[in-house]
Parts: sequence; C-alpha cells; structure tokens
Amino acid sequence: MELTARGIWTMIHGMGFGALYLMACSGALVELYRRYSSPLGPAVTEKDEKFLRIYLTAMAVLAWLTVLTGAYIIYPWYRAVPTSGATSLAEFPQRLLMSSPSTAAWHSVGMEWKEHVAWLVPISITMAAAVFSQYRRSLRIHPELRAAVLVFVWVSLFAAGIAGFFGAMLNKNAPVTGGSTITLIQGEQK
Amino acid sequence: MSAQTAAGVPQARLNPNGAGAAAVLAAGVGSLAVAVFAILGDKAAPIKSLMILYKPTGPLSGVTSCAIVVWLVVWALLHRRWSWRNVAIGRVTATALILLFLSLLLTFPPIADLF
Repeated sequence: MELTARGIWTMIHGMGFGALYLMACSGALVELYRRYSSPLGPAVTEKDEKFLRIYLTAMAVLAWLTVLTGAYIIYPWYRAVPTSGATSLAEFPQRLLMSSPSTAAWHSVGMEWKEHVAWLVPISITMAAAVFSQYRRSLRIHPELRAAVLVFVWVSLFAAGIAGFFGAMLNKNAPVTGGSTITLIQGEQK
Repeated sequence: MSAQTAAGVPQARLNPNGAGAAAVLAAGVGSLAVAVFAILGDKAAPIKSLMILYKPTGPLSGVTSCAIVVWLVVWALLHRRWSWRNVAIGRVTATALILLFLSLLLTFPPIADLF
C-alpha cells in the first residue's frame, strides 16, 4: 500500500481542508439561521457567540488553506508541461486529459471553473466571519445583513461543492501522481 | 419591530449597519473581480502574461491575487466611509448579491467564453 507525495498533498487539499469545509458549512448555516433569525427568538449566550465566532473563523482558515494549497502546491503539478522525450503523460494530468476528446472537457470546463469559482469561498466566509465577529447577537436586529451573510455562506457551500466535485472527477480521470513514494503497509505477494 | 436598549435608544443606532454593509458589498466586488480578471487574463495575451506572478501556477496567481487586492482595498475604503453610520442596507445587499451571482455565472467557462 503506497502513496506518492503528490497524492498525499492532493488528499490533504481535497479530503482534508476541502471536505472539512463542506461539512462545516451546514453547521454554520443551521447556527446562523436558528439562533439569529429573529430578535424575539431564544436568548443567545456569550458562550454560543464565542463558539460560532471561532467556528466561522476556523472555516475561513480552512477555506484559505484549501485554495492556497490547491493553487500553489497541486495546480503546478497538474499543469506541468512534459519535457521533450517524455513517453507517458501519466505525470502531466492536464495534458493527459486534453489528449482525448472524451476527457478534454474535464479540463476545459471542470478545472477552468473549479480554479476560479473556488476563490469565492474564502472571500464569502471571511466576510461572514468578520460580520459575525463585529455584530454578534445584534445581527438579530439587522435582518438584511443577516440574510446577506446567509446567502454568501450558501453560495460558498455551492462553490465549494463545485470545486470538490470537479476535484474528485479530475483526480479520478487524471490523478496527480509523482514525487517520492511512501509505503504505508508492505503487502504479501500471492 | 426594532429592538431597543434600556434607555430606549434603538440598538441599530448604537450598532450601525455600515461596517457590515461594507464587508458584504466588498465581498460581492471581490467575487466579481475574480471572474473579471479571469476573463481578461484568458482573452488578452498581454494581460495573461502580466497575470503570471508565480510561473508554476501561471495566470491564476495574478488573477486571484489582483482580485484579493481589489476586495481588500474596496473593503477598507467602504469601511472607512460607512463604519459609523447606517446605510441603505437593502440596496447595498441587493447589489452585493447581484455581483456574487454574476461572478458565479461568469466563472462558468461556457459563459466566460462568450466574451
């Protein structure tokens, strides 16, 4: 059972930061809606506020880590150009996808959308964390502001979903491989 | 119904919506900036080469860095102007949401390729 260094980074980016963000998003939406939807709703304690502030800030950190590892660690491996004399495109995912009409759209639509739409996520959730940290329970008396924050968090979930879906499909059709190999478990040959 | 403090002062006056409105509108502008810079970088060769701030990442490095700078500068400017007052929040949030949805559409390659 082996993993390559590039494969591990891809897992950290997608299954670590990205998937964790997607899971966290539903919690943030529920909390923001349930606790701050009405000035007449149940009382919000300081502990609740502190929790949600830390939660949203952690989500913003996750979102930034996801896009930064994606753009500056994995994407360069994805878009690497084969040197002359290369006999296989296995280590050049973008070129591998574009080499066949049946897979080219995974790059021209999937990666092209993913690499840009993903950046709406950290922008949106950083804004949500900042607005919540500023207003806390008084967000209840600013319904338009609260609604806007909620829509931005919904859109961040949608954008992260697009990026996650295409990330998984791209990695299925042309995985980012290469780098040093790490053996997790040495199997027995039968 | 507007919530009031013990002294009868509406809370919205003590905690004006300007700072929040600045953050929301700046996020809309920043999101649209991602799409606009991406289209410019894709369509114009001179802009594309200008956008290569980090060669291994290519134009994406410049597209996203420029958008982040636009977002943060707009946020700082709006915050400075609005943070201590109430603004027409309905109009501001509607504008921000239109910009956000436009950015979703314009980052979709079949739509971006129409330009």
